[in-house]
Amino acid sequence: MKFFPLLWSSLWRKKIRTIFTLLAVFIAFILFGLLMTIRTAFSFGVDIAGLDRLVLIHKVSLIMPLPVSYLERLRGTEGVSMVTHQSWFGGVYQDPANFFAQMVVEPEPFMKIYPEFKVPEDQMKAWLADRQGAIVGVDLAKRFGWKIGDRIPIIGTIWQPKEGQVWDFNIVGMYDGEAGVDKTQFFFRYDYLNENRRQGDGLVGWYVVKIADPSQAQQMSAKFDSMFANSSAETKTTTEKGFVEGFAKQIGDIGAIMIAILVAVLFTMMLVAANTMAQSVRERTSEMGVLKTLGFSNASILVLILSESVLIAVIGGSAGLALAWLFVQQGDPTNGMLPVFMLPPRDITMGVVMVLLLGFVAGLWPAVSAMNLKITDALRRS
Amino acid sequence: MNFLKQTVAVTLLNLRTIPQRLGSSGVAIIGIAGVVIVLVSVLSIAQGFSAAMESSGSPGRALVMRSGADSEMTSGLSGPEVDLIKQAPGLRREGQTAVASAELYVVIDIPKISTNTSANVPMRGVEPQATKVREEFRIIEGRMFEFGTNEVVVGRGASVNFRGLTVGNTVTTGQNTWKVVGMFETGGSIAETEIWTDTRVLQAAYRRGNTYQTVLARLDSSESFNTFRDWLTANPQVNVQVRREEEYYAQQSRALTGLIRGVGFGIAALMGIGAVFGAILTMYTAVSTRSREIATLRALGFNTTSVVVSVLAESLALAAIGGAIGGVLAYFAFNGYQTSTMNFSTFSQVAFAFQVTPQLLIMGLSYALIMGLIGGLFPALRAARLPIPSALREL
Repeated sequence: MKFFPLLWSSLWRKKIRTIFTLLAVFIAFILFGLLMTIRTAFSFGVDIAGLDRLVLIHKVSLIMPLPVSYLERLRGTEGVSMVTHQSWFGGVYQDPANFFAQMVVEPEPFMKIYPEFKVPEDQMKAWLADRQGAIVGVDLAKRFGWKIGDRIPIIGTIWQPKEGQVWDFNIVGMYDGEAGVDKTQFFFRYDYLNENRRQGDGLVGWYVVKIADPSQAQQMSAKFDSMFANSSAETKTTTEKGFVEGFAKQIGDIGAIMIAILVAVLFTMMLVAANTMAQSVRERTSEMGVLKTLGFSNASILVLILSESVLIAVIGGSAGLALAWLFVQQGDPTNGMLPVFMLPPRDITMGVVMVLLLGFVAGLWPAVSAMNLKITDALRRS
Repeated sequence: MNFLKQTVAVTLLNLRTIPQRLGSSGVAIIGIAGVVIVLVSVLSIAQGFSAAMESSGSPGRALVMRSGADSEMTSGLSGPEVDLIKQAPGLRREGQTAVASAELYVVIDIPKISTNTSANVPMRGVEPQATKVREEFRIIEGRMFEFGTNEVVVGRGASVNFRGLTVGNTVTTGQNTWKVVGMFETGGSIAETEIWTDTRVLQAAYRRGNTYQTVLARLDSSESFNTFRDWLTANPQVNVQVRREEEYYAQQSRALTGLIRGVGFGIAALMGIGAVFGAILTMYTAVSTRSREIATLRALGFNTTSVVVSVLAESLALAAIGGAIGGVLAYFAFNGYQTSTMNFSTFSQVAFAFQVTPQLLIMGLSYALIMGLIGGLFPALRAARLPIPSALREL
């Protein structure tokens, strides 16, 4: 630590150069934060998907409905602790560009199976009492400025009401949740849909089953699928995690694209930083000779140069990461296209590791060459 | 004239000494090349996707859906409605038959080859007129399916991206077995991701009774669209909306293309700032190692402007090299790269190929030159302002 003033003054030997290097590293780590956020957004919250929840869909495709009668058969199966069904509504609120997910659910079992959606108790009661009631995510409510008590008309695209085209809902509550939970969904009651739709009586989208023992997920999946084999609606069961992952992969490997871009960014910035360090060490060749004459050991020269490079990386990199984090806290800038918009702590940790690594690698070659300088050469060369 | 000669002389001198500063020049080149690769390749995704979607629509075709439906997937038309639609004025007729195809659109689960996870592959039931409605349809392997059987033909994109969709194979979904007898192409459009079969066979397989989802009709002429639409929307016996096929697909591609372009430009802009810093550092180094030389030139009476121009020229040359390298690498790595993604409007896969177009390459190169210009500006001004006596004294 006593060499810190030396370190500091050699850092500012050439102000412009140091500032631009800092800025280059700063930009690199803003990008790091943003790219990791996009990557997380396109994995649709797979990290919080439950392993003890299985998803049963129609074997032919997710869009094919299943009969509601499967509910009782699943509930009666050993090893099942809770079952519910959900459906995709796919309606339009005012304009197709206002897209958000509307899910048809059974309120009580749904909220029990998904404890990550937090709804105040009185709002839950209001939902149970109002057939047209809907619970919306806090982010969604913010986006459209909805308040509890608002009446929301939604045009049915898949399901038509018996009269006209519009379904009316009352917002009776809002759900919140931890970071990473999608707070842009709109949940409403299955009985309201089923009693008022023109056709499709008794059809549901898919089932979610909570099993007692998560380690039995595979056996239970096989069991469910065999229960409905050779019926008119065969099923395919996967864990919720597998289901979300599979869905994310349908969009394409966004994660791989983001990582490829990051590699390009970090590699470039490392070159810039390494070049600056090499340059600044080269200019100080005779200084190094003096230090060595004064009795600085080879090892301390190495440490000195490496710390200089790591210091630049840490200042620039942590500022970049912090700014990216601040930006992400403002929420999704695309108006609902990326519901899970967050920079996970895991990626921040990785960012910090990358910062240190960048500083170390960039300083390594100049440090080693400074260490290997012979005093006589260093003093003669100028 | 003298000024011009001076400028050329100093610039050539600069450019000729680049090899001596290979290390730091290399950093600037690689930095700029990196930005151009990222910009061009990300935009080539958007380009490829929108090209596939836009080539799908023809102004000479109209798509009829149930009113309120936002895509083929959510539309539904009854048999009698379809009969009525085919009688509408404005669509093309061959003898007594309307050149229109009543279709079903479903998705089936088939594993994607690249990820080995199941994907929503679109399957379309068509009528015999379908190939006359879509004139670009062409069988490129095998033959067309026989109507009334469980035979199917697959699009080229579907065959490339999804498992088991090759001629001679059979595909089992649920309790249905489909025999692949041919492969088709439709000029790179979205239909190439689809599997086609007889609409009546598909009705039976999916228990749809006598219902359809859409009618795709060839118009008598592009201008007869209004006649066709107005007749149908004014008719109380049908509850439909009529759109030009072109508009339908353009609208579907807008959101995703916009998102990709936004992300691409955003990343490239940020990276570009980083690369400009890299370029500035390189040029400062170049100027400072030659400060004695520059001071000598100026002491000899060389014009300041010629010194500024020479530094800028060096910076632009490095940027041009970087831009060209980046463009060429992006072209060879990504042009024609086959992939597929989800079209959220129909909840089904769209196969497309990345397209590195000449326009994208020019855009990448221009961006590189802008970075080079900015990167060279400050160092050039510094070179011009170097105090001659102290620069000459400097070691």
